[in-house]
Amino acid sequence: MRRLVNRHPTKGSALFLAVLPFILLISAYLAGSNARLATNPGDKLLPSPATLAHTMHQYVFEEDERSGDILFWTDTSASLKRIVIALAISATLGVALGLTMGVIPYVRVTLTAFIAAISLIPPLALLPILFIVAGLGELAKVLLIIIGVAPIMVRDLALRVAELPPEQIIKAQTLGASTWQLMLRIVMPQLWPRLIDALRLSLGSAWLFLIAAEAIASTEGLGYRIFLVRRYLAMDVILPYVAWITLLAFTMDALLRLVRAKAFAWARPS
Amino acid sequence: MTQITVKRLWKEFENQVVLENVNLHVGDHEFVTIVGASGCGKTTFLRMLLGVESPTRGELLIDSRPLAPEPGPDRGIVFQRYALFPHLTVLDNLLLGLDLQGSRVLGRLGGLRRHEAIAKADALLEAIGLTASRNKYPAQLSGGMQQRLSIAQSVICEPKILLLDEPFGALDPGITGDMHELILKLWNTHKMTIFMVTHDLKESFQLGTRLLVFDRLRVDPQAQDRYGATITYNIPLKGRRIDYPLLEPIKEIVHATREVKMPVFFPPR
Repeated sequence: MRRLVNRHPTKGSALFLAVLPFILLISAYLAGSNARLATNPGDKLLPSPATLAHTMHQYVFEEDERSGDILFWTDTSASLKRIVIALAISATLGVALGLTMGVIPYVRVTLTAFIAAISLIPPLALLPILFIVAGLGELAKVLLIIIGVAPIMVRDLALRVAELPPEQIIKAQTLGASTWQLMLRIVMPQLWPRLIDALRLSLGSAWLFLIAAEAIASTEGLGYRIFLVRRYLAMDVILPYVAWITLLAFTMDALLRLVRAKAFAWARPS
Repeated sequence: MTQITVKRLWKEFENQVVLENVNLHVGDHEFVTIVGASGCGKTTFLRMLLGVESPTRGELLIDSRPLAPEPGPDRGIVFQRYALFPHLTVLDNLLLGLDLQGSRVLGRLGGLRRHEAIAKADALLEAIGLTASRNKYPAQLSGGMQQRLSIAQSVICEPKILLLDEPFGALDPGITGDMHELILKLWNTHKMTIFMVTHDLKESFQLGTRLLVFDRLRVDPQAQDRYGATITYNIPLKGRRIDYPLLEPIKEIVHATREVKMPVFFPPR
């Protein structure tokens, strides 16, 4: 009998084991839903699969009577637009500042403590200020995500630059590199895969800040919808929306991982 | 023609004298090998030649001009490890020096000049036996191949001086013979001056035209850092054999272990 640490599941059983927790969760939900609906057919807390499907059909395929929009897709595109813009701006800031801080000592000394302080401000505490200053429009919501995500990304990328072996930086200089060339040809190309890692790690908090901002001041968006229908205990909307948000986040993560593996073959963990 | 002159050179860190009163003259196209016990300032001396460390006192002159206080393309360096660029293929690693010096803004040659550069790089790849690995990444190469590439990467820029910091120290002893052949071949083709720090006394005799031995002349047992090391032997080697009578005392110096802090090549930032 081999030790437990040396026993590995086969491919088939690994797949089964990976799916198992999901099956268990769904089964538990179905059992609970059945039991509650048996005693009270009007129960709203754990709607039946039929109710879920019916409601979602309305949301996904039918126009809203009042606005004429198909709510599910309006919400999705509004939320995605906000999070993608915010992440793009954060990534740009992250590379620009992280790179210069990592390479140029004067910039590092000037900005390190400042960025560290900024990154410790709880972004949600700034939300009222953002709404007062930037209004209730898109700007405030995008800004909240950027404030929550960018400083940590900058710090992370600056640290990644500092992790490059000093031998590399010296060697490049003996090959004639100027500061600019050092950033362009040596440091930045090695930063891309690390940027993707940083983006993947920040997806969770980006969604958190997005939902928070939408919950408070918005007229469409996935977070807005969840908090709106909460008033009617509409679990048949909330549960599928939560699942959809999770799926979107998971897909973004998977895409980033794919890009990293395909585009940066040299950085593949060996 | 490259002449290197070191005049009354001192290097002190806080509370610690590393080198004291180093004097040296090295003529054109010499192969200088440097040995000494651990912690005797060999690496510090090489760092000063590289330009990442500046002398506390004294002068370091190349062709009677003071050395630039930062690394530059006139002085190549080969470290023991970590100096290849992992995101570039073997060919791109080799092209890098030509790219950087040929294109100040983009750092990348294009068109006809790129073709010329590739031809030059291919010839060098042939010489170091890496043609078959042209499009691989450094992580896919063995230690010996990486080191050959690292040497070629510096040589392609035709530096006046090539600095080698224990370049073969981390390699399999079986392949050091090939490496010696390669470095001598490149040294003869490109006519640069080489400084090589090594722990291997036999290697230093085989390769060098001049052997420098670093050691402390004075030792205060109560304060090890009080006195620094200097060049205690400066032996022209051309034509001499390895059974040279001074070998024994030098062996003793090289293998002596001294109770001193090892200098780190790169102090933590």
